[in-house]
Amino acid sequence: MSRRLRMWVLALGTAGVAVLLVVAYLELPGFGGDSHPYGDRAVSAALAHRTANVISSVNFDQRGFDTLGEESILFAAVLGTVVLLRQTRDERQVEPAPAPVAAFVRRYAVHALPVTLLVGLYVVAHGQLSPGGGFQGGVVVATALHLLYIAVDYRALERVRPLWLFTLGDAVGEASYALLGIAGLLWGTAFLADFVPLGTFNTLSSGGTVPLLNAAIGIEVACAVVVLLARFLDQAVEIEKAR
Amino acid sequence: MSVFPYLVAAWIFLVGCYGLATSRNLLHAVGCLAVCQSSTYVLLLAVGFRDGGTAPVFSDLTPGSRPVVDPVVQALALTDVVVGATLTALLLALVIQVSKRHGTVDPDELSELRG
Repeated sequence: MSRRLRMWVLALGTAGVAVLLVVAYLELPGFGGDSHPYGDRAVSAALAHRTANVISSVNFDQRGFDTLGEESILFAAVLGTVVLLRQTRDERQVEPAPAPVAAFVRRYAVHALPVTLLVGLYVVAHGQLSPGGGFQGGVVVATALHLLYIAVDYRALERVRPLWLFTLGDAVGEASYALLGIAGLLWGTAFLADFVPLGTFNTLSSGGTVPLLNAAIGIEVACAVVVLLARFLDQAVEIEKAR
Repeated sequence: MSVFPYLVAAWIFLVGCYGLATSRNLLHAVGCLAVCQSSTYVLLLAVGFRDGGTAPVFSDLTPGSRPVVDPVVQALALTDVVVGATLTALLLALVIQVSKRHGTVDPDELSELRG
């Protein structure tokens, strides 16, 4: 197909989709309207389970099974990336050379690292109370480690990041989510249903299984991001074509 | 006026599709897919918005004192972000391998199979 013909097919297709979308949107309830039946029910269900952050309650309690699927997608994507980016036979690994870092960059990163780590862990731990949770906090924790790459160099990062441990952590996070679901079954409720005491509203121990599942996700996401970035950094810094 | 936010989502989606179809660089195509996906965030959050609503988080809010926006679509948007980020990583890994094996990232030149 010539490029010109392809553009015509594209124009026709996008125009058709645009018309269908506009027709569909005209039937939707108006923007900002007051009718949110699912939202209202989700809020009352979250309050009944003493979870202050309704979004966490939706993700880890009301739709816990969907989150298991989502987490598995994350796990599979990381696995796929690791397989795709491994060192092949015609490539070799070189020792990365230390690069000079400007003093103020180093000072900033060294000071920001512990703070970022703490903020990340705080966000994971308070997922059931305030905006945030395992997904967001996990990414922040993983980012904190990589400040070391900016502040010092790749070898310093490698020293604080035993990759096998993080690969293991990724699997442990994924497995513990499923195991918490099975624990519910053994307890006599349903898969991934709330089975631990609900606790006091608006304290760290509230929300039943929500903080536990949140922690499992936090471990998995933090480890997954570290493993992903490690593979991409390897490609950029260490792996070269063999001569 | 009340359909305007939805139309924005449709526009972002179609712009992403246009970029995907006309892309001459796989990296650019991965970026365009991310644009397509971000239209779903706009759509979801627009569907869940409520006039005068605040975040559905009750750590510093008495239940029932203020309207809150729909938490279900917010949770869906969160799912969307996570899946999108990991998918982008996987696709970028594929692009790295394609560029290594074929020496090009132009999809038009990638017509032949190679072991």
